[in-house]
Amino acid sequence: MMRQRSWKRRLRSTLTGYLFLLPTLLVLGTFLFLPVFYSTYLSFHKVNLLGEVSYKFVRWANFERMSGDERAWIALKNTFSFVVFVVPIQTALALLLASILNAKLRLRNLFRIVFFLPTVTSSAVLTLIFIWIYNANGLLNRLLETVGLKGYNWLGDPGVALKGIMLMNIWSTAPFFMVVFLAALQDIPESLYESARLDGAGRWKQFTAITLPLIKPATFFTVVMGIIGTFQLFDQSYIFSAGSGGPNNSTLTVALLIYQYAFKNMDMGYASALAVILAAVILFMTLLQRQLFREEKLG
Amino acid sequence: MPGSMQRFAWSRAILYALLVLYAAVTLVPFLWALSSSFKPLEEIVSGKINFIPHQFTLQNYYDIFVKEPLFLRWLWNSSLIAVVCTAANILFNSMAGYALARIEFPGNRLMFFLILAVQMIPGQLTIVPAYLIMKNLELLNTYGALMLPMMANAVFVFLMRQFFLQFPRELEEAGEMDGMTRFGIFFRVALPLALPALAAQTIFSFMAAWNEFLKPLMFVSDKSMFTLTLGLNTFKGQYISFWNYIMAASMVFTLPALAIYAFFNRFFIKGITFTGIK
Repeated sequence: MMRQRSWKRRLRSTLTGYLFLLPTLLVLGTFLFLPVFYSTYLSFHKVNLLGEVSYKFVRWANFERMSGDERAWIALKNTFSFVVFVVPIQTALALLLASILNAKLRLRNLFRIVFFLPTVTSSAVLTLIFIWIYNANGLLNRLLETVGLKGYNWLGDPGVALKGIMLMNIWSTAPFFMVVFLAALQDIPESLYESARLDGAGRWKQFTAITLPLIKPATFFTVVMGIIGTFQLFDQSYIFSAGSGGPNNSTLTVALLIYQYAFKNMDMGYASALAVILAAVILFMTLLQRQLFREEKLG
Repeated sequence: MPGSMQRFAWSRAILYALLVLYAAVTLVPFLWALSSSFKPLEEIVSGKINFIPHQFTLQNYYDIFVKEPLFLRWLWNSSLIAVVCTAANILFNSMAGYALARIEFPGNRLMFFLILAVQMIPGQLTIVPAYLIMKNLELLNTYGALMLPMMANAVFVFLMRQFFLQFPRELEEAGEMDGMTRFGIFFRVALPLALPALAAQTIFSFMAAWNEFLKPLMFVSDKSMFTLTLGLNTFKGQYISFWNYIMAASMVFTLPALAIYAFFNRFFIKGITFTGIK
């Protein structure tokens, strides 16, 4: 009798458990999990989209094609320089802003709300505002003219375009990570700093000996999310260049290139191969990151 | 002692200066965009740096709705998608997080592991397959394509699990004593107490759906199914030198997200704190 009841109970809790999970499993399964296998499959095929979708096995052809694809290398280079430039700066800026806000200052909530504004705004709108400001006839050039400098064609210069997007990106994502850091900083007990001060530790010493080690999880989160986010840069490049990646491929990112191959050239097999390689690179970077953080912890 | 007081005051002044400086860096582009949206075109191209319009006008806001009859439709599409996706996220992520934290069943650990693993999948990898899946399901150019992929989020499932792990068991036991089912306990005991966590989710889910660009770009070609992000992008293509219109449209687009943020902001830091990121 008891045994039967506990068996029934277990069945019921199993059913309930999966019922609770069902919607999430369906969504994540169909649109995230399945696509991983699907795109691996696609990367070894040529996809014919006319009429019924059909696939032709082409072995490694899609991957071999990459080495001779100049635009793929440009996109990879652009994406890398984007990551390398944006992630450290946005992490440092976020930590700096959070540290200032964590000091007991008046109006700090107001400042926090203001700083967060670009994070709330869509990248489409931000990009348009930036084009409007960098424009040959825009605010930036007019400000330069009032101080006697000459205006410049910022948007048309391939050497400047990507840097403009980088700055915009730092400006819009740093506040999000600032909030993450702020939450971590507020959790550090004041008593730790007090005893450090009694021991004669200066501001900088307190920062490196107490703050930095204690906010390490937040830093890890910021760096990993930053890398994942910057590797996926698409919206700003697309809107900025109207989908072309110009001027002169200077804003072409890997995500934009994948999009172009898939939806402009309708070459879904090759686009998938590019995506698979990029995913491998991101995975490798994340694991490397984890390793670095772990080793530092031991040391 | 007076020396250290003075130094204290100085460092405060520097901190305030930094805050004000960064606030300016943040606000100036927005104020410039806002002011442009209230200026007639002649004033915009005149080359003056005036943040307060000489000839204040609401004409731009009126014009965008007249010149682009679909603008209202895009606004509706975006709102519908954002609201439905937010509601779905709040419900589904919390249900899944609750099950993983509180319900014992075979496969619980495996499911948790899968949801952790899913977070590592980079977005680009899903671009092409997601399109083909939508095509096969005949969902292209429908709300289904725009909503379904954004109805649950692995990160928030994970965070909700962390939240429910810390949730006091006594409350649930009391519910059980009252003869509530699991569903009853979840909806009437656990969920109402998770409000700060849900506020953070609301902000982020709404923003994510409202601001999404790539998915509508892939899944929708019919102009009447555009979201505001796509609409804004085509609008920019058509009216490239009419910055008064583009900025007015941008402001219309920004307002709802700002309103959501302003309303849920008070729960916000708490919401981040709960996440267990730290």
